[in-house]
Amino acid sequence: MSMDVKEYIASGKLELYVAGALSTEENLEVQHYAIQYPEIRSEIEAIERAILAVTEAASPKMPSDGFTKIKARIDDVIPFIPEGTSGKGTSWGSYLGWAASVLLAVGLFWMYTENSKLQSEIELTNKEKQSLEDILSDTQEEITYKESLLESIRDQNVTVIALGGQTVSPSSYAKAYWNKEESKVIIDAKGLPEPPEGFTYQVWSLKLDPLTPTSIGLLDDFASVDTKLFTLENANESEAFGITLEPEGGSETPTLEQLYTLGAVGS
Amino acid sequence: MQLDNLIEKFQKKDSAAFEALYNMYAENICGVINVIVKDTERSQEICQDVFVKIWEKSDQYDTSKGRFFTWILNIARNAAIDEVRSKTHKNQKKNLPVDSLVGIYENGEDLNDRMDTIGLQSLLKGLKEKCILLIDMLYFKGYTQKEAAKELDTPVGTIKTRIRSCISNIRKNMA
Repeated sequence: MSMDVKEYIASGKLELYVAGALSTEENLEVQHYAIQYPEIRSEIEAIERAILAVTEAASPKMPSDGFTKIKARIDDVIPFIPEGTSGKGTSWGSYLGWAASVLLAVGLFWMYTENSKLQSEIELTNKEKQSLEDILSDTQEEITYKESLLESIRDQNVTVIALGGQTVSPSSYAKAYWNKEESKVIIDAKGLPEPPEGFTYQVWSLKLDPLTPTSIGLLDDFASVDTKLFTLENANESEAFGITLEPEGGSETPTLEQLYTLGAVGS
Repeated sequence: MQLDNLIEKFQKKDSAAFEALYNMYAENICGVINVIVKDTERSQEICQDVFVKIWEKSDQYDTSKGRFFTWILNIARNAAIDEVRSKTHKNQKKNLPVDSLVGIYENGEDLNDRMDTIGLQSLLKGLKEKCILLIDMLYFKGYTQKEAAKELDTPVGTIKTRIRSCISNIRKNMA
């Protein structure tokens, strides 16, 4: 034992503890030892019994109905007991509490749905914005492309060749814008009918004497190209251009029975 | 543990537990008040006021502060001292007469006919006057050890050993 209990009991501190005459620190010290040492606790109780005996002997004796009067006075105080300690029925306060809770729940739900609505509206607006941006971007690209096409066609080095309709399709027509410097031909196929399934138009550069056709490319995805303008490479010394209908993938030599349009350079 | 249980219930505003505590301590509280006020009817009234005050202040008691009896003893002393001050217009505790117990013991001075003067005399039998004076100061008048030491012009250490000896004497008389 780190402390001499007998010596501590003999110190007189416990008598002063019961009187409430100790300093705050000493009071806490006694409190601490009373929990730790049962002898100290029982000594405190014995001292208290002595004081109880003396004080009781000094009493003029309370009337036997003493507590009844006190009870009557404290009963007036009872209604002020904080809610929950006595739990006597449901007061208007708790109804108000429930009402407030329900209102809060409704309010929260309303805010939640409003928020959801706003969220989906924002989402929709964002999608619309994105699609508008896409359209704008596409349009800008198209404009750029068309401007460059226009530039190509307007180039002073460009020779324009009109291709007239032939036996198989007399109403057909086409134009070739040939930039010899850049070895580039732009075919305007707006006057050609859409090719049937499994067929494609093939463009030929022709030497006339003797007639020598050289393929310069296919007008693939004809239906999907809105402008019907096709840019092809042509490094040949072309004397004429012809367009034939060929099976998909093109042919080695032109199928002359399916010659749709033809035009000579410089004619 | 029985007492701890009662106190716990009392702090939860259990009036039955409060009545049990009243029955345990009412005479002690009234005795303390009586020694200070020296008026039977006034003491009984103040005693009732004190118990109502104890009920109202129930949440202020904390076992870490000390004994429950010490707590209610302090409330009773303060109420009784306030009563005497309002009568005598004396503002300081040290101006209170501290010879009440001495008078009762030595002269058999009856505060009223219902008081157990004989019982008190047998409890205090053989105690020196300075012992009875110190008991009066510390338990009935609420002097702190420092205040008592100053009043009696005695070191605090002496106050401690003296009160130890005085209370031991009472305990022997009780046996």
